[in-house]
Amino acid sequence: MANAVDLPRVGAVARFASAFAVPPDRAGGALTLVEMIPPGQINLRCDGHDPRAARAVGGVLQGLLPVNANTVQSAADVTVLWLGPDEWLILTAPGQEGAVMAQLREALTGLHAAVTDVTGNRALLRLSGPSARETLQKGCTLDLHPRGFRPGQCAQTVLARAGIILHQRDDAPTYDILPRRSFAEYVWLWLSDAMAEYNGRAISG
Amino acid sequence: MLLIHCPWCGPRDEIEFAYGGEAHRVRPADPSALSDAEWADFLFLRANPKGVHRERWVHAHGCRRWFNVERHTVTHEILRVYPPGAAAEPDAAVAEAQPPQASQQGVRS
Repeated sequence: MANAVDLPRVGAVARFASAFAVPPDRAGGALTLVEMIPPGQINLRCDGHDPRAARAVGGVLQGLLPVNANTVQSAADVTVLWLGPDEWLILTAPGQEGAVMAQLREALTGLHAAVTDVTGNRALLRLSGPSARETLQKGCTLDLHPRGFRPGQCAQTVLARAGIILHQRDDAPTYDILPRRSFAEYVWLWLSDAMAEYNGRAISG
Repeated sequence: MLLIHCPWCGPRDEIEFAYGGEAHRVRPADPSALSDAEWADFLFLRANPKGVHRERWVHAHGCRRWFNVERHTVTHEILRVYPPGAAAEPDAAVAEAQPPQASQQGVRS
């Protein structure tokens, strides 16, 4: 725990993808799948409608605490995903989760809240390109049509029978897919197969 | 397949949910005072209507919250979805379809 910051951040699909965080533009705008360096992950439970809790969390997270269902708020190095009416997932830069957690715990002292380090729970895969939506729709029952699921929205759902958190980042469209780490290789392989007909590339360096 | 409107996440496919049996069963306050037949009735016997059925569901692959669904057992039509703790009768429950506060739900992680 004390050395969490120093742990090597080995990706969940490292066996298949030897490099991380290749910018999608390296693939010339085509459909790409990359694994990002596993971010710090914090689960936050508190009453977001309690002004004291909202103020405390907002002070630490630069005002980010989405209270609307299925939405995401993000700043440069922190992303906050709505998971439920009193539950959020906070993604931090790798290694920063300990510091953010300490600040949150201090700010929430005395309030009915829980801050839990879940770093390593989920891998972060990024699927981007014009056919990304169609690729996902082969295995996801969520309505991903732009009128129903837009940038800045997230959902906990099922992709090819594996539970994931899905977050649409932009109109490319780019999706962040967060499967549980033990399902990450399966999801990667499933996506690689689903992408094949669009000449998609699962980037491995 | 059913399209179920989770009170918190919105419409989702049935595969994201798990069924939790008949809703609004109340555990007897003093089980030891009951006869075996009455206790067995609480434990094992459930309504099995041909028609409107109130039942519990949990959004297992989503927000993991429990809620109540009013479903027609013949047509599978979902007539109403309402949060736990809301009254069973429609007029009161629909008006109260507000997300419960965290303090009532309890915070677990």
